[in-house]
Amino acid sequence: MNDRMRRIGLAVLPIVLAAAVAVLLLLAVDAPPLRSFNLVWNGSLGTTNKLADTLLTWVPLVLAAAGLIITFAAGLWNIGIEGQIVIGAILATWVAREVPGEAYFIIPATLLAGMIGGIIWGLLAGVLRVYGKVNEIFGGLGLDFVATGLAVYLIIGPWQRAGVASTSGTDLFRAEVWMPEVGGFSWLALTIAVIAVIAVFFLMRGTAFGLKLKAVGANNRSAFLLGIPTDRYMLAAFALCGALAGLAGTVQATAFHHKLVPSISGGYGFLGILVVLLAAFRTAWIAPIALFFMALSVGSTQLSLRLGLDSAIGGVLQGVLVLFALLAGGVQAKRHLGKRRVAGATLVES
Amino acid sequence: MALELVDIHKHFGRVRANDGVTLRVEAGELHGLLGENGAGKSTLMKVLSGFHEAGSGEISLDGELLALRSPRDAIEAGIGMLHQDPLVFLPFTVLDNFMLGSGTNDRGIAAEGLDELSDRFGFSFDHDTPVRRLTVGERQQLEIARLLWLGARVLILDEPTTGISASQREQLFATLKTLAAEGMIVVFVSHKLEEIEDLCDRVTVMRLGKVVGETRLPVPAEQLVEMMFGKIIAPTGRAGSSTGSTTLRLDDVVLGSGLLNTDATSLGVSEGEIIGLAGLEGSGQRLLLEACTGLLEPESGSIALGDKDMTGLAYRSYHEAGVHYLPAGRLEEGLVSGLTITEHFVLAAGASDFFVDWDAAADRAAALIEEFSIKGTPDSTAESLSGGNQQRLLLAMMPPHIRLLLMEHPTRGLDIESADWVWTQLLERRDHGTAVVFASADLDELLLYSDRILVFFAGRVIKELDARQTDGDQLGHLIGGRSVA
Repeated sequence: MNDRMRRIGLAVLPIVLAAAVAVLLLLAVDAPPLRSFNLVWNGSLGTTNKLADTLLTWVPLVLAAAGLIITFAAGLWNIGIEGQIVIGAILATWVAREVPGEAYFIIPATLLAGMIGGIIWGLLAGVLRVYGKVNEIFGGLGLDFVATGLAVYLIIGPWQRAGVASTSGTDLFRAEVWMPEVGGFSWLALTIAVIAVIAVFFLMRGTAFGLKLKAVGANNRSAFLLGIPTDRYMLAAFALCGALAGLAGTVQATAFHHKLVPSISGGYGFLGILVVLLAAFRTAWIAPIALFFMALSVGSTQLSLRLGLDSAIGGVLQGVLVLFALLAGGVQAKRHLGKRRVAGATLVES
Repeated sequence: MALELVDIHKHFGRVRANDGVTLRVEAGELHGLLGENGAGKSTLMKVLSGFHEAGSGEISLDGELLALRSPRDAIEAGIGMLHQDPLVFLPFTVLDNFMLGSGTNDRGIAAEGLDELSDRFGFSFDHDTPVRRLTVGERQQLEIARLLWLGARVLILDEPTTGISASQREQLFATLKTLAAEGMIVVFVSHKLEEIEDLCDRVTVMRLGKVVGETRLPVPAEQLVEMMFGKIIAPTGRAGSSTGSTTLRLDDVVLGSGLLNTDATSLGVSEGEIIGLAGLEGSGQRLLLEACTGLLEPESGSIALGDKDMTGLAYRSYHEAGVHYLPAGRLEEGLVSGLTITEHFVLAAGASDFFVDWDAAADRAAALIEEFSIKGTPDSTAESLSGGNQQRLLLAMMPPHIRLLLMEHPTRGLDIESADWVWTQLLERRDHGTAVVFASADLDELLLYSDRILVFFAGRVIKELDARQTDGDQLGHLIGGRSVA
């Protein structure tokens, strides 16, 4: 019980500290803190319209984070997720532009194409890692640039708008391709995100696949000696994460922008890494943490609109909170370090 | 001048790496520190060089008590450590490396210092060569020169002869003798009996974290062997040798890793036979074990299991053919930190179903914990178990039918009860026809349980012994690299 209280205390402490710093920050720029918080709340979750907006940005973030849970479990830093989102969006765009058909056909087709795109890009990073011994961070980063370059090329080249070659994006998709909405809520995108989180939760918790993946991530050598084909499991992790990233890209293209834009990934891949780290790799936590991020991000636009604050303030608040959460995690880790060091040293000695 | 360590304790969790070590090293004599791997030599030297802080104990140099909290403190106190892998920065030039940590930016002064030291010891360096192009031996020379220039009065060398050529070894030894003769305190750490005998004037032997003896050299080698491995009381002759069909057959297998190459080795192991691999750590035993499990592909020669040629096949094929490998590092090469006992059993069982029945798995884990008397619960994580219980878990995870079991140090670090238990398990497997090949540094264990013993020295099987007709002295001699008629 005592232990539990302390754990809760450790979880709450950074939030309190961050809130305190946020208040100081707002005071420093002459913004009334309570009114500001109120504005952020109303501008993100407080009204139906805003809630719909926030949730639509939540979907790609939570999809990316869910995918990253899988690659992190396998001990992989899938920095290439940004590229996987972009390629997913590109393939979905290609289907949206080139394949005729009614909504009931074309929407699943774009989703499938997006997943395939993400899988291909994920597997590329995976093959580089597994067979080429290229660290997935560097391989992934390189592939990110290639993917973004490809998107820009397509937008100002083959897929340019009639008469103008502009980086503002392609022509809008035809209406059948747009993901359906009810009352402003993109219900299909939301359903996909919720299913993805639940699926990843059960995959990691209940299945032999998840267990083996964890073993591969925690100790590749032991896992290999236990007879697990570690290479295949790492590739599978890249493919699954790629598929979810590709879905995120598709949602960005067909539910949010309704076209392909150069910054189609929205940075949700990198943000997803942060979400997963803050969630300490626990699937159940990524949904609320991602929602909080997006609420702050969407809601803080009100601060610049209504109070005339610089639009950067939302980002600053986000950053402060993340830093405090990581700091609290770091302090906790340092306490455990003694123990872990002991384990490590024992190994060295024996 | 003398260096004194008094009652040094250094514990890593349950492991008492140094358990009340007292050591006195006089200036002017070359002092050897001898012991098997894991005896606690390296820990002691890391305490002395400020790398680890001792749990308790006192270190004094020239009567002055030292507080060593970091390698920097040690250097300032005049204690220089030459690590097994010299601490050089490969892309930097010789002179840059020489200057590192010295606090001076004057290249002229540094160059003079280096030249002067080089002349004194017969080293030759080109100041502008990147250290990457130097041999390991030359890097050591550079490191020695650097430590001397920094004002080291004590020089510690941790297994310095690994990876250097014979002539470089000669030169290193000559340098060390000169330094000792000039009144420097030199501590030479090694597990190689011959080197200590060649080089040192005095030797301290460590075993299991304690000093077990100190003597002036030369003394008869048996005396050192006995100190290193303990009094050998193994009864010779044992029941149960096998006449079953051949399980494993090696023909002229040549193995190589970056550091060590073995000579062509041939070996046949029968069903229900136990083969012990003896020798100092790193003499080729591990290469042989890895080859027998498909982890290391032989450079030439062939490996067969029963009638089937397995040469060149991957670990998985061996695994599926009933070969089981348990390396020494239980938490690095066997168990997975962070996963529970239940999860380990699920993994070990192959877990072919997609969905795991966790309730059934926990029940099964509880039953196995009971059967193998593991001190832990189904939810205990692997790293929370003691060494003995980790070994019990590893044995409990073994599939029921194994043709060939390969083990490294089956009982290292275990108390007597656990060690006996482990061997009861292994002998039971043996009685059911499993062939066992194990490497060990414990001569008792080798003599007591093996049918045959292969003695490794510097990558070569120098002798194949019938364990029933061998005694500890003979084995000890052979391990030290001396042939006995």
